[in-house]
Amino acid sequence: MIDEILTIILDGAIYASWLFIVALGLTFVFGVLKILNIAHGGIYALGAYSTATLVPIFYSLGMPDQLVILTMLVSALAVAIVITPIMERGILRRFYGQDEVLIVLVTYAIYLVLEDVQKLIWGMNSLYVYEPRELLGALQFGSLYYVGYDLALIGLAIFCGLLLWLFLNKTKSGKIVLAVIHNPEISGCMGVNINKVYLAAFFVGAFLAALAGSFTAPLISVQVGISVAVVIESFAVVIIGGLGSIPGAVIGALIIGMARAACVHKLPEAEIFIMYFCMAGMLIFRPKGLFQGTQARKI
Amino acid sequence: MPLKLLNNVIFQSIFLMSLLIVVGIFIPNWLVFVITKAIAYGLVGLGIITLMRGGLVSFGQGFVFGIGGYTAGLLGTQAGLTDAMLLLFISFLFTGFIGLIIAPLLARYRDIFFAMLSLAFSMVLYGILIKIDAIGGSDGFVLPESTYFGISPSPEYADYILYVVSILMTGVVSILLRYYYNSTPGLIALAVRENELRVEYLGSSAFNVTVLNFTIAAGLGGMGGALNGIALGHIDPEFTYWTTSGEFVFISILAGYLSVPAVFLAALFLELVRSFSGRYFPDTWQLILGVFLILSIIFIPSGIGSFFKQFFDKFKNK
Repeated sequence: MIDEILTIILDGAIYASWLFIVALGLTFVFGVLKILNIAHGGIYALGAYSTATLVPIFYSLGMPDQLVILTMLVSALAVAIVITPIMERGILRRFYGQDEVLIVLVTYAIYLVLEDVQKLIWGMNSLYVYEPRELLGALQFGSLYYVGYDLALIGLAIFCGLLLWLFLNKTKSGKIVLAVIHNPEISGCMGVNINKVYLAAFFVGAFLAALAGSFTAPLISVQVGISVAVVIESFAVVIIGGLGSIPGAVIGALIIGMARAACVHKLPEAEIFIMYFCMAGMLIFRPKGLFQGTQARKI
Repeated sequence: MPLKLLNNVIFQSIFLMSLLIVVGIFIPNWLVFVITKAIAYGLVGLGIITLMRGGLVSFGQGFVFGIGGYTAGLLGTQAGLTDAMLLLFISFLFTGFIGLIIAPLLARYRDIFFAMLSLAFSMVLYGILIKIDAIGGSDGFVLPESTYFGISPSPEYADYILYVVSILMTGVVSILLRYYYNSTPGLIALAVRENELRVEYLGSSAFNVTVLNFTIAAGLGGMGGALNGIALGHIDPEFTYWTTSGEFVFISILAGYLSVPAVFLAALFLELVRSFSGRYFPDTWQLILGVFLILSIIFIPSGIGSFFKQFFDKFKNK
């Protein structure tokens, strides 16, 4: 019984942690740019693919094994560096200030394009990079064994969340971003370069998506279609937590992660729709999510 | 007098319908099928247009599309009801009824929250459908051959007859919808789009109009789902998946909310892009679709319908 509860909690936490990293990027981009980015899932997949490409190259160079983490970081960074100018500067910039739903459709179009770009570059075959997962050995909890790498993901998620939160609340640049979130026009009048803030925010979002992708790659088989599910799952997280809220993303990821882990162990039939169920339930009772402040209605 | 006749909706519709029915005899079978599918998608798009007039976009029309499809499919397999027209009509009514039930829940939300909640509904349905093995789970099931007034047509004409039936039913729906758009609630919807609060102050209910619009959109979506199921002869949970819903939004944004025929044109365009790139670039049709979608939003932001409207407005001023 204890074992079962512990399994659910640990599985849930591991699942929640990668989901949180994806959702963190999504919610941050929405907070700053007011864009609900469907293509976020596509960037996640690109991160996974680029890791699956770079890690075997890294091993063929014969460097110390620990540096593989650095390779994964670099691959995520590379994806963000390539994708940000194309998406933000090239496409999304044209639609700022327009209807939110229209922009969702634009990102849906970008998502479609990214799907096929993955197929064109990496083909239809599955890629596997299991080596990094063996790096940290296994840990024992009672009678349960957990892969150290999986647990390290929880640490990574906490680190990412904390870092972004500290940046926003404790540094001057972070305060500027908060000002832009609150009112882009006035911030612009005060001398803030809004375009630069948008670009930087989008870069952070894209990097987080790619990071989640590249650190999940060792756990899964990297193949066509990994982005489809991620889109809705991360949507569910940010909807539950409230769009644009970091603490909300934490709670949302935990709710979805735990609910899913509990379902996998207790009620496997419900595994697929439990998160949609959570999302619909939250929207019905608290449409703006758990952590969304009230807003004045404009006449 | 002739000019006045040209501006008459019923005259225009009958002209277009008969033109399409005649043209259908001469075009190849695959194109007949593509147009039938485009009409199915166009019906759902028409539903979203109805919502768009009130300032809302649903990102979960897959929900009603799926319900309509499964209603037609289950009536066909379980109850032995195979009359296509009856199936379309029942799906329309039943899905509209479901829409009426959930509309009060959805009508409280606006913008992105409306889109997301409707998306959540469609995904819950998807999750349920792929788990029910009695109706095929994720594989779906095959529909029986449809009949028309008790007659089952020979296979080489079946596509054409369904095409004619879908044109006739869609024509009637479009005419009714055109009149609805010009009716009081239809025009209030436009006002809600502009400024909801003022509409409320002036004594109309934005909530009621939204409920009505959503119910109509649901019925149309259900009819489209049923038609798509009958045309394909097969139904699966993919009907309710969010990527399908995305295609419907695509159709309605491409068409814009100003014109009814533009919706079907946009749907036809989507189907043609899909079948051509599916045939010649099987691995990159999504890429082509995505690029096309971005370009069309950049260059015709108010949709194809805005061209139609400009054209007819010029006509009226003469």
